[in-house]
Amino acid sequence: MMIEVRNLKKNFGKNQVLRGIDVDIHKGEVVVVIGPSGSGKSTFLRCLNLLETPNEGSIVVEGETITDKRADVNKIRQKMGMVFQQFNLFSNMNIMRNMCVAPMTVKKAEKEKARERAIELLRRVGLEEKADSYPQQLSGGQKQRVAIARALAMDPDIMLFDEPTSALDPEMVGEVLAVMKELAASGMTMIVVTHEMGFAREVGDRVLFIDEGKIIEENEPKQLFENPQNQRTKDFLAKVL
Amino acid sequence: MKFEFLTTYWPFYIEGLKITIIYSVFAVIFGIILGVMLALMKLSKLKVFKAFAVSYINFVRGTPILVQIYIVYFGLFSFGISLADSTAGIVALAINSGAYVAEIVRAGIEAVDRGQIEAARSLGMSHFATTRLLVIPQAIKNILPALCNEFIVTTKNTSMLSIIGIHDLMYNTDTIRGNTLLAFEPLIIAAIIYFTISYVLTKLIGMLERRLKASDDRS
Repeated sequence: MMIEVRNLKKNFGKNQVLRGIDVDIHKGEVVVVIGPSGSGKSTFLRCLNLLETPNEGSIVVEGETITDKRADVNKIRQKMGMVFQQFNLFSNMNIMRNMCVAPMTVKKAEKEKARERAIELLRRVGLEEKADSYPQQLSGGQKQRVAIARALAMDPDIMLFDEPTSALDPEMVGEVLAVMKELAASGMTMIVVTHEMGFAREVGDRVLFIDEGKIIEENEPKQLFENPQNQRTKDFLAKVL
Repeated sequence: MKFEFLTTYWPFYIEGLKITIIYSVFAVIFGIILGVMLALMKLSKLKVFKAFAVSYINFVRGTPILVQIYIVYFGLFSFGISLADSTAGIVALAINSGAYVAEIVRAGIEAVDRGQIEAARSLGMSHFATTRLLVIPQAIKNILPALCNEFIVTTKNTSMLSIIGIHDLMYNTDTIRGNTLLAFEPLIIAAIIYFTISYVLTKLIGMLERRLKASDDRS
């Protein structure tokens, strides 16, 4: 088992955003999380690498209880790459440094090794020639592909995607989804919060529908989209499909 | 208007200008050190630090600089601390400038994109590494132009030190007025000198801002 989440709860002040999430995620699985905005799906994702500290419940990643107070947060995060809606490339560094800075400072990788790996990954996302550019010179789609490559440079076991295409112009969504599909095909364990139902259907092994801080329904994509059981799932899908 | 006095008295302006520049530079250097410390205190999670920094900044920004100079000059003396005039002058200016620098630094740090910080942390980078590689370089870029503005303000504020007997540009101007019995003309020269300093610095800041912006675009 890659990730086991039990009774995960998170409050922001008096507002309870997660009301007890239980889910298991297997190695190599692509889990797509859908749900209305404000349902807690991004918070759920951010709890998985402790960008948000859960108030209750436990998360076990590869056998290690990361919600334990003594857990080494920086160590845990190395295993989980995260891709953000707003790309969040480091604006004071060129693409090459964006790619190398974490491997070099965190894993103490040698500069040459890190650069080689960076070029390899940039080639994988089709942006090799942008190594010397700065983030400000790239389009949204290119930024997001670099962000994915940057996360992969740490050789994570799990990739978390927080609405990776929501801030993109429509014509750039495809190039990012293509990279994600290739990644899924390569056997990466992925958890993807998205509004791209087409992607969920095509690439997802399992879809979780979250509403009001709980998993309302989960199933394989075909089942969930074509034959939703819960009324709330039905209402949501009626709006977005 | 008579400006013949300049042929005799121009060295007074030069000497005064030297003092003005020296005091500005020292006041700004100490002001920056103090300001950075105050900014970090204000951003600190420790309530004591935060409360101290907030009260300090509010006090300094809420009182006239002349009062602050008097407090340092006369106030400390009545507590048995006697500073040389020059030290008192620089201390007073630095105390004043520090409060403004603190706000500039704080704003510069807070303006660093939270998303980028989260991204760095999500890659496993420590708080320290994130601060060193991301927050500080970006904050400096945010801070630099405003800091240069603060330098201009401090330079102009040095004129206040003439009242505690520092022989700066303003003090020497007064001396010239006394000696020549010209009430007005020497002040015009002083104003032109102050204005020239400010103007040159403003232009330099403009160039700096354009360079910083160019390094943002890299196009």
